[in-house]
Amino acid sequence: MSGILQASAYESWILHALIWLPLVGILGVLASSEERAKDVAFAWTAGLFVLSLGLLWSFDPAGPLFQLTSDAAWIELWGVGYSLGIDGISLFMILLTTFTMPVAILGAYRYIREKRRAFYSLMLLLQTGIVGVFASMDLFLFYIFFELTLVPMYFIVGIWGGERRIYAAVKFFLYTALGSLLMLVGILYLYVQARAGGAPPSFHYLDLLGTPLTLGEQLWLFAAFALAFAIKVPLFPVHTWLPDAHVEAPTPGSVVLAAVLLKLGAYGFIRFVLPLFPDAATHPTVVMVMLILGVVGIVYAAWVAAVQPDAKKLVAYTSVAHMGFVVLGIFALTLNGLQGGLIVMISHGISTGALFLLLGMLYERRHTRRIEDFGGLARVTPLLATAFVITALASIGLPGTSGFVGEFLALLGTWERHPIIALVGTTGVIFAAYYMLPMVQKILFNELERDENRTMPDLSRREITVLAPLVLLMVVLGVFPTPVLDRMEPGARAIVEYVEESTREGSLLEAARTEAGSPGRRFVDHPVFPESTGPVDPTLSLRDGVQGFPIPGDRRLGDEG
Amino acid sequence: MSASTLPTVVASVAQGTGSGFDPVLPGLILLLPLLGFALNGALALVSGSRSATALREGREEAGHDSGGRPLTHTLPTWIGPGVMLAAFLLTLVNFVGMLGVELVEPVIRSYWTWMATGALSIEAAIQLDQLSLIMMMVITGVGFLIHVFSVGYMKEDPGYPRYFAYLNLFVFFMLILVMGANFPMMFVGWEGVGLCSYLLIGFWFRDREKADAGKKAFIVNRVGDFGLLVAMFILFAVFGTLDYQGIFEAAPDTLVYGGATVTAVTLFLLLGAAGKSAQVPLYVWLPDAMAGPTPVSALIHAATMVTAGVYLVARSSVLFAMAPVGAAAVATVGAVTALFAATIALKQYDIKKVLAYSTVSQLGFMFMGVGVGAYAAGVFHLMTHAFFKALLFLGAGAVIHSMHHALHATHKDWDAQDMRNMGGLRRFMPATWITMWVATLAIAGIWPFAGFFSKDEIIWYVGTSAPASVLYTVLWGMAIATALLTAFYMTRMMVMTFHGPNRTGADEAKHLHEAPPNMTIPLGILAVLSVFGGWINVPGSVRESFFGGFGFLPMSDWLDRWLEPLTATAYQIRVDQLGAYASTSPVGGGHVLWGAIATGLALAVVIIGARAVASREIRPAVESPEPTGFGKVLHDKWYVDELYDRIIVRPIQALSRACWRWIDQVIIDGTVNAVGSVARGFGWFGSLVQTGQMNTYAFILTLGALVILGVLIL
Repeated sequence: MSGILQASAYESWILHALIWLPLVGILGVLASSEERAKDVAFAWTAGLFVLSLGLLWSFDPAGPLFQLTSDAAWIELWGVGYSLGIDGISLFMILLTTFTMPVAILGAYRYIREKRRAFYSLMLLLQTGIVGVFASMDLFLFYIFFELTLVPMYFIVGIWGGERRIYAAVKFFLYTALGSLLMLVGILYLYVQARAGGAPPSFHYLDLLGTPLTLGEQLWLFAAFALAFAIKVPLFPVHTWLPDAHVEAPTPGSVVLAAVLLKLGAYGFIRFVLPLFPDAATHPTVVMVMLILGVVGIVYAAWVAAVQPDAKKLVAYTSVAHMGFVVLGIFALTLNGLQGGLIVMISHGISTGALFLLLGMLYERRHTRRIEDFGGLARVTPLLATAFVITALASIGLPGTSGFVGEFLALLGTWERHPIIALVGTTGVIFAAYYMLPMVQKILFNELERDENRTMPDLSRREITVLAPLVLLMVVLGVFPTPVLDRMEPGARAIVEYVEESTREGSLLEAARTEAGSPGRRFVDHPVFPESTGPVDPTLSLRDGVQGFPIPGDRRLGDEG
Repeated sequence: MSASTLPTVVASVAQGTGSGFDPVLPGLILLLPLLGFALNGALALVSGSRSATALREGREEAGHDSGGRPLTHTLPTWIGPGVMLAAFLLTLVNFVGMLGVELVEPVIRSYWTWMATGALSIEAAIQLDQLSLIMMMVITGVGFLIHVFSVGYMKEDPGYPRYFAYLNLFVFFMLILVMGANFPMMFVGWEGVGLCSYLLIGFWFRDREKADAGKKAFIVNRVGDFGLLVAMFILFAVFGTLDYQGIFEAAPDTLVYGGATVTAVTLFLLLGAAGKSAQVPLYVWLPDAMAGPTPVSALIHAATMVTAGVYLVARSSVLFAMAPVGAAAVATVGAVTALFAATIALKQYDIKKVLAYSTVSQLGFMFMGVGVGAYAAGVFHLMTHAFFKALLFLGAGAVIHSMHHALHATHKDWDAQDMRNMGGLRRFMPATWITMWVATLAIAGIWPFAGFFSKDEIIWYVGTSAPASVLYTVLWGMAIATALLTAFYMTRMMVMTFHGPNRTGADEAKHLHEAPPNMTIPLGILAVLSVFGGWINVPGSVRESFFGGFGFLPMSDWLDRWLEPLTATAYQIRVDQLGAYASTSPVGGGHVLWGAIATGLALAVVIIGARAVASREIRPAVESPEPTGFGKVLHDKWYVDELYDRIIVRPIQALSRACWRWIDQVIIDGTVNAVGSVARGFGWFGSLVQTGQMNTYAFILTLGALVILGVLIL
């Protein structure tokens, strides 16, 4: 395997390919017929998934923190680079994305009936955005991709959604756009502050790390970033866009939304918020606020989920509860907690994605999402019922499934620092049974009362093909999560240690930052595109390039003026 | 737990004598039931799909067409019990292998690293020691018998392969529970058996009540699981490991005797144990669990799963020995549960409900035992109870099976489980009748049946337990009262079911029949065990006295000594801190005397009770008046379910609805929509750009972003 990878110089092109090839796929989708568009999209994304699997071999857990890095100047004037790279965390986020896409597309072959070419083009565009977010090492680039994910999702909900799709789409857009605009302000402020010290302009993550900021500045920036990511996660109380978006979104939209898009928020916290503003992120009040919001999310969302008459809305609320565990894991600031949070992210992606697929399959058969319209399905659709039960159990964290590993580690890690919070969070396991089992019973068990349900077909071969890998992954990750944990550990450890004042010097992230050297030189060190390899003279860039383009806060200019 | 033999074992522990025990394929013991699950599960899906097709085509059930039973129904007959027999034989080989050696350290087999991150490392490892092997013997042995019984009991059920799939899966998880070498592994089994219990209680899921009962069991159990999780978190924070060996070896030095930490750990463990073992206040799920097929009640809800809490306390004996408050709480919960459940059992008419409350009550006895530090006695009662209670449930199953056939034959819609509809069944089912009387005498604590020895030992240790003697004297009194109530309600059940005139009806009585051999043979084997099972742990004092009459038996206190490597540390801590157990009961008298008194009283209760019940006129359920007065309170189970519904279930539901309707929809969304309508003020602008064309939107979005960017930079 590694031989093939080496021979094809896999490491040098794979991230670029995973980001941009979906766009090439759009051409294929547009060139095909309405009928064939779904096949093209599925084949393309499935191929990308196979391609991405090589990452498992080419990423070396014992190697440097960020791997497969590449830098190219993009807007040299501002120090914006097309800089990519992944650590173990982004590795699995990318794999989750490339895995989810073909599954979501194949799982809803029959769901999407109109404007198919447009739909699948948007899905591919979405993939570009998401992978781009996870692979970006440049904050500007990250922001562009982050915003890019918003557009296709808005249309997916707004065009192919249910009856209240416009309301849901606008709500989704307003919520997330509001959050991310504040983040943009934050990014720019950070950029300006980094330059204030005299460094050449750069949006590169490693260059912005360690930017000297007062606690007050950190708190403001933390707030700006945190709002954007909290909305995306979503964290109580800014979660109300999610149930509406989920209910109205078509099945593939819901699957991608739950499986991957929510992870952008959590990923943002881990990758950016914690290391960029460590003093704010470890500020006792901030930590406590975040933990309380997380734990409230766990309990509150579970309660609200339990009384939903709409199955899809119920599952949407369970997402909020699950992501509460992630937030606990992140802000516990322990290795176990963070690792647990990351596993919850992956596990939630798989199990909730599968639940949305299953509900989509039920919807295709009965054109209803109301729980009370079903009942007794285990008799008429035994295969679907089996998949449903296993998925539901994985979702509520039964040991032996992926859900347990994540929740257990997240709570264990939280307990090390904040026992009371963890104690309340652990009640989530009770409430998970309280929301999930009644739904399972009302859909699958009880008497088969309605005649419409009597003739319902069981899973087709296509549907089995979609669900089998998901179910298998739930069990495999629950029994043997070690390959994932091992690869994520350096990344998670680096962040936890970096955020801790006391261990920062020894952390991998600090090492990566120091090694990155002075900003501006990276484009010389890592020539990717020949035209961008020209040396950038840091003294020139300001004087010559920014004439008549004064940058606020640039003290050097001010001093000389 | 005889103190006289202890010092030698402690010495050998200190010397760390090497073990000569080499387990034979221990992993295979686990894999066999898992394999059975996989095969039966596949057959169940095939069979289920066929039934579904029939259903879609308008036929109610697939039925066994003309060609006899399909393969999906004949194969599980061999696979289900077959894997169990193989697992039992393999366990037996290992048990015999361990008998010959002085094993002081458990044998641990680690297969792979389950979860490892940072300082945490949890292995997928199993542990073989005296405790796990005793449990494995009970699980595979009794489990095998119940699988065989099920072949006859479930023969005509369309869900036959699914039944065996669940049952095999249950055994797999139960074995993980007792074989796991660390707390998280045990937790896998712990929740796994809960899952199987859920699936099997709701096995006939078409019936809403049965499906509800399964759900209730799972949710109530999760309350207990919450406690177990929290206990694990504390243990990891203190010890940095979750391995049994690591924790129990370090505990005496790391923890402060009676300190807050160990007390908290034991109380949370108790919460977990109370959930799984149906103790007050979490017992409410077990009586409802009788909705499952009766062999399931025998295996899961009597013999094995519900004893997991006792196993947990015995396994964590070192921790409980260091937490006097925790241990006392265990004993108190056990005593309260034992007495409380026994009172309810007095007025139940459903034969399975009587046995269900009886099980809750007997589990309370086990908790009393392990609560006062008599870990071996608790495990001893666990074992004998597995024999006689499995026998009682299977016997009840045979009765229900027969009653069901009789009522079905004449289309009479009477309740096949109501004892008021039975009577005089001994003429129709003599084998069931005799074996069930054996079990009844055993559970009533009549010498020399198995239950006498185990129950007597627990009562004795409760009475002679040293600390807070007033508390233990009260518990002792409660234990004796419970034992007498047990003798009475069991006699009542036997007399109502098997004696007196038959009340089924003349036509129906013609269809009453004894169960087939594949059901009566397991009954017979369990009856033998219910007689002799107690002889493995005859107390030395009793054995040597004339009363015991067991002078010829070489194995006095065998189980106590067998488990000593595991209980010695805990025993030593307890004796050091609280002093030795007293040699006389709270009101005087030695062990032998009280053994004689107990069996004499129980026998008197059985004889007098049998006469009293027999002399009462019993009418079939439809003709019987509702119970009144205090009898009604007992019949209605002290209204605990209603109370929980009022103070827990409904408030949470109301709160859930309020959260949704008010916080989510009014407060949060109200704010969001208000902001939205302000934005709609710019609607005239919006209408201009809402062309419905995607590229326009994309263009505007990009433009907007650039404008904002520009503004910010300038």
